[in-house]
Amino acid sequence: MTQVREQAPTRNTVAPPPAPAAVRVDGVTQVFERGRPPVLEGVDLTVAAGEFVCLLGASGCGKSTLLNLVAGLATPTAGRVEVSAERPALMFQEPALLPWLTARGNVELALKARGVARGARRTEAERLLELVNLGSHGAKRVHELSGGMRQRVALARALAQDSSVLLMDEPFAALDAITRDVLHEELTRVWTEQQLSVVFVTHNVREAVRLGQRVVLMSSRPGRIVREWQVDIPHPRAIESPAVGALASEITAELHREISRHGR
Amino acid sequence: MAADQLAPERDTRAVEAGLDALDGGGELLPPRPGPWQVFVRSVLPPVVFMAALVGVWQLAYVAELKPSYALPGPADVWQTFWGTVQDGRAVEAVWVSVSRGGIGFAMSLVIGTLLGLAMWGSRWLRAAVGPIVSGLQSLPSVAWVPAAIIWFQLTDAAIYTVVLLGAVPSIANGLLTGFKQVPPLFDRVGRVLGLSTLGRVRYVLLPAALPGYVGGLRQGWAFAWRSLMAAELITYSPSLGLGLGQLLSIGRDLSSMSLVITSIALILLVGVAIELLLFAPLERRVLRTRGLTTDR
Repeated sequence: MTQVREQAPTRNTVAPPPAPAAVRVDGVTQVFERGRPPVLEGVDLTVAAGEFVCLLGASGCGKSTLLNLVAGLATPTAGRVEVSAERPALMFQEPALLPWLTARGNVELALKARGVARGARRTEAERLLELVNLGSHGAKRVHELSGGMRQRVALARALAQDSSVLLMDEPFAALDAITRDVLHEELTRVWTEQQLSVVFVTHNVREAVRLGQRVVLMSSRPGRIVREWQVDIPHPRAIESPAVGALASEITAELHREISRHGR
Repeated sequence: MAADQLAPERDTRAVEAGLDALDGGGELLPPRPGPWQVFVRSVLPPVVFMAALVGVWQLAYVAELKPSYALPGPADVWQTFWGTVQDGRAVEAVWVSVSRGGIGFAMSLVIGTLLGLAMWGSRWLRAAVGPIVSGLQSLPSVAWVPAAIIWFQLTDAAIYTVVLLGAVPSIANGLLTGFKQVPPLFDRVGRVLGLSTLGRVRYVLLPAALPGYVGGLRQGWAFAWRSLMAAELITYSPSLGLGLGQLLSIGRDLSSMSLVITSIALILLVGVAIELLLFAPLERRVLRTRGLTTDR
C-alpha cells in the first residue's frame, strides 16, 4: 500500500463506532490526462453513518475531485465509490443559488426535484429556512441577502434534498471570520439534529478541528491520504479554544512537512 | 481530554440575527423616487430639449435659411400632422405598420427562437450556420428588398421576407448568447439536486438564459421595425395598403416636406412607444429580479 494510515496515538482513545458506512471509497485513482500524474491515487476512505469527517490538504491535493466522485458528478478511473444515500447533497464554495428565484424558491426547487408534492413544498421550505434561522427572509431575492445568509440558504437547499449524506466543498471559505464562526455552530447543530454523515473539504486546519470527529490529511500530486486524527474534543467547541488550537498546531506541522516535500 | 472549558455559552442565534440585520441588505438600493422626482429627472429634460429644438426650427424658418417648401415652419407641419390625424390617415398608417411589424416580429420570434435552440443543441449547426447568422445581423436588411420584390412582387410576402431577414438573426443570436452566459455551476446545481435533463432545461437553463434572450428580442424588434419601414418605403403599391413607409413615400411624391416630417415623427413615436411600453419594462424586470441592475 502506498498510503500511510495512522492515527495520532494520544488522541486515539475512542474506537470508531461500528456503524454501517455512509461513504466507502475503495482504492480510487483518478487520472484527468493520460501521461500526467494522477490527481488521486489509491485513496481509501470510509465514513461511518452519522460521522463528520473533514478532508484537509493543500491546493492540488484532489480533495474537491474526491468530493465530486462521491457526489456522483464524475466516475473514477480506477477503484470504487459507494454511497449509502441515493443522491448525496452537495454544497459548493459559492452559494450557487439561482438568482431569479427567491430564497424560498431555491429551497422549493430542491423539494420539487425530490418529488415533494406542490402543496407541501411551501411549508417544508419554510421549515428548512427556519432551521437555518432565515424564517423571515424567505421572500428575498438572492441579491438582497448577505454572503452568510446566501450560504445558509444553500445549506437549507442541501437539507431539502433529504439525503443522509452531506458533502461540503469549502463552503465557508469566502466568508468573514464572525460569520464563519456562526455557521460552524449552525452546521454542528444541524448535523446533530438531522443525524447526517458529513464530508467537509477545507484547507483551514482550525476549521477542520472545530467541526470534525475525524480529520483526514491528504498529500498533493498525487492526492493520497497521509494521516488521520480522531478529534475527541467535546462539543460545544470554540475555534479559539486551546484544545482546538493544540490539535490544529500538530496537524498544521504535519501539513507543512507535507507541503515542503514539493519544494525540494 | 476533559470538556473544553473555554467553549463559551454563545447565543449563536442572537449573533446571527445581528449579522443579518447589519449585513442583510445585500445591496443598498436607493429609495424609490417619488412622482415629482420622476417628472423632474426623466420627463422634464426631454420635453425642454424638444421645445428648444422646435424653437431653433422656428428661428430657422423665420430667417428663411431654406425656401419654405424645403423647410416648412413648425406650425405648417403641425397643421399637416393634425390633418392626417383628422382624415384618419395617421391612424390607418400606424395601424397597418404596427400590425405588420407585430406579425413579422411574432414570426421572427418563433423562427429565431427555434433557430437559436437548434444552434445551441447542435455543435455542428452552430459551427456551420453561426458565422452566417452573425453576418446577417450586420447586413442592413434593406439590401434584401430588391431580391424580395423579384421573388414575391409587390406583396406582403416581400415585406415580411425583409422583416424576417432583419429580425431572426438578432433573436437567434440573443438566445445563443443567453445560453453561453449561463454559469456552468448552475448546471451542476441542477444535477446535484437530481433534476432530469428536461427539468434542468426548464428550471435552470432557460431562466438563466433569459437576460440575453430579452436583449436579443429587443434588438430583434428594432431591426424588424427598421426593415419594415425600408420595405414599405420601397414597395409602394395601392394593393399593399397605407403603412407609415407608404405615407412617407406619398410625401416624397407630392414634394410635401410637411407630410415627410409628419411621417418621420409618426415612425419615431411608434418606435419610442413600443420600446418604452414593452421592451424597456420587460428587460428591467428581468434584470432587477436577478440583481443585475440597481435601476428602479
